Amino acid sequence: MKVTIDGIEIDVPKGTTILQAARMIGPEVAPPAMCYYTKLKTSGGYCRTCIVKVTQGSTANPNPMPKPVASCRTEVMDGMVVENNTSPEIIEARKGVVEFLLINHPLDCPICDQAGECKLQDLGFQNGSSKTRYEFKRREFEEIDIGDKIKLHMTRCILCYRCVKTADQITNDRVHGVIARGDESEISTYIENIIDNDFSGNVIDVCPVGALTDKTFRFKQRVWFTKPVDAKRDCKTCCGKTRVWLKGEEVVRVTARKDQWDEVEEFICNACRFDHKKKSDWVIEGPSPIHRNSVISQNHYEHLNELKVQIMKQQKALGFMPIDKQP
Amino acid sequence: MERAGVRLMGKKLLIHNDKVANIHTLDVYRAHGGYASVEKALKTMTPDQVTDEVKKSGLRGRGGAGFPTGMKWSFLAKPEGVPRYLVCNADESEPGTFKDRYLMEVIPHALIEGMITSSYALGANTSYIYIRGEYFYVARIVEKALAEAYAAGWLGKNILGTDFSHDCYVQVGGGAYICGEETALLESLEGKRGNPRIKPPFPAVAGLWGCPTVVNNVETIAAVVPIVNDGGEAYAKIGIGKSTGTKLISASGHINKPGVYEIELGIPVEEFIYSEEYCGGIRNRKKMKAVVAGGSSVPILPTELILKTAKGEPRLMTYESLADGGFATGTMLGSGGFIVMDEDTSIVKNLFTFTRFYHHESCGQCSPCREGTGWMEKILKKFLNGTANESDVDLLWDIQSKIEGKTICPLGEAAAWPVAAAIRHFKQEFLDVARSKKFVDVSHYDRLNKINA
Repeated sequence: MKVTIDGIEIDVPKGTTILQAARMIGPEVAPPAMCYYTKLKTSGGYCRTCIVKVTQGSTANPNPMPKPVASCRTEVMDGMVVENNTSPEIIEARKGVVEFLLINHPLDCPICDQAGECKLQDLGFQNGSSKTRYEFKRREFEEIDIGDKIKLHMTRCILCYRCVKTADQITNDRVHGVIARGDESEISTYIENIIDNDFSGNVIDVCPVGALTDKTFRFKQRVWFTKPVDAKRDCKTCCGKTRVWLKGEEVVRVTARKDQWDEVEEFICNACRFDHKKKSDWVIEGPSPIHRNSVISQNHYEHLNELKVQIMKQQKALGFMPIDKQP
Repeated sequence: MERAGVRLMGKKLLIHNDKVANIHTLDVYRAHGGYASVEKALKTMTPDQVTDEVKKSGLRGRGGAGFPTGMKWSFLAKPEGVPRYLVCNADESEPGTFKDRYLMEVIPHALIEGMITSSYALGANTSYIYIRGEYFYVARIVEKALAEAYAAGWLGKNILGTDFSHDCYVQVGGGAYICGEETALLESLEGKRGNPRIKPPFPAVAGLWGCPTVVNNVETIAAVVPIVNDGGEAYAKIGIGKSTGTKLISASGHINKPGVYEIELGIPVEEFIYSEEYCGGIRNRKKMKAVVAGGSSVPILPTELILKTAKGEPRLMTYESLADGGFATGTMLGSGGFIVMDEDTSIVKNLFTFTRFYHHESCGQCSPCREGTGWMEKILKKFLNGTANESDVDLLWDIQSKIEGKTICPLGEAAAWPVAAAIRHFKQEFLDVARSKKFVDVSHYDRLNKINA
């Protein structure tokens, strides 16, 4: 199926969403997504940051769609024409959505562990305004524990539902969900401290903001002072492929590996995440790829990674096969 | 009481027997011609013929959107071996709308009869009547009527000796406006949190329990009864153009005779407000200031625009005439919640009340509605506190424009439209209130919030 996004045409298989098609073209046309998560079924559609304008529905029905659509939940049709960054209307609407997401957000970035890898920070920086028009008291909730390793700081939550979908999909019994409604909605547990599941820690990784944080890492370090490396260990429960965040020789945090869209590559188990905090527990594969715009890359990894890419390019040009790839 | 008094010209099809004693019982209902449509449909018509009559009738959804019912029915997917459902949306919660309550309370069998006939047309062996939580006593009335219908063989296995079997259940909601949105209703009916689903797929393809489902309003289903009895063409003769048949209007506000009226679509708005058969004019000899014609979410119109269109033609009670001029000068028929306001009414306070409602009822799923509705309410509260500035009017306008059309379900629009219309037509009043810095006490509203919290 042929679809045109911001003037760039691409051929995609049936069933592809507009967002996926845009990501195939590249980050310059991909709409931001705060709630959609490729690996979580039925995720997306809630935050409305990925809305785009469909100026032509399909070749068969060239009418435009009357309202902006959530690109993450709308499948492409053959001959569809989509405007994202080229539509002033969408830019303005997205600005509105970002403002809505921020009006009740505490903006406590200086004391938030997510700062530096927060999607809302990025989104606000790219699409928001430097001023606020909101003059009222912001929403507040008590912090609660979801199990002994996860802290839920509901005040920061943007209700993306990712953690709910994660728990639905990769654990046997979901023990938290959304209670209350409207702007009083909160992620909560019915009975506190009853989480006992090997994969529950993944809700921390999928959280785009600092609402769910790792209690074993809380307030230990700013992420940009730590060095992420890809590491692995033999794990019977999960893939054992993780990202280990080092401060000197100390393992301060373990997370899943994330791809260029900041989505988890493979979910990891709680044992890997919370219980293996010694460098000797891990076989380190090398520096993690960090985007050059990320504040984390300010801390020296960028050129190492660049070097690695350059070396690989030269190796390839010379027909050299790295040892681990040799048959 | 002269509620819904008989009009010489006006034809009534739904509540013509509402004054008959004990019409809520099966015996009396049957004695007045009740359940004839079931007999006619099941014994002499095929399901497709029933659907055809509904198509011919031009009946449009009475819940607010006005989508042609026959077309909705024909969209229903009919895969082999998969059950289909009919769901009656009785989650009537739009401020200003109380027609379905009246119908179910007074003539519950009219709804049940419509449910059976419609289910036969759709090939649905199970149907549900989803009644809003606050209508608990109405649910009791409908359940009692259902039990009577079962006992008399109108429901259950092999109705009237045919091979059509049907079960109908009443489900009471938990008290959420959002569950009137059809996909939120289905979620709630399935026992989940009442969040609207992201469409597509539409209920006609994947609705209740993932099966093809039709969701219709109470009045729509009840209207199927006269359509089958008298034929779709006879029904289509009533009304004007694409607004066929009769419509129940819930009239409230500063009028002499509030109540539920059945009107022929096409009567002039002026006649509806001022004639003795209907609202009987503005109470206390006041002048009219504004009308919300179709439930709180539709745009408010000032007197000059509700009585006459921008072109100067008399405005009629039809889907088309009320919408004439678009949102710039028109409004919508909506659910028929007709709220009249006299000259003493504060549009600002009224808008605060409406906005407070939508804020309270937002499900919280998508950001513009979750955050925007509360923000608008807080700003409107400033107007009442005497702390608003003139620039707050522009801010309100901007916020509503950023909610409208950006949300998963129409609640975003429902919250944004009243704000937009009030500012569009009564901007000066907002500016005056902002300048006057007068304090209006609405603290009693908060007591309710505390109970709910």
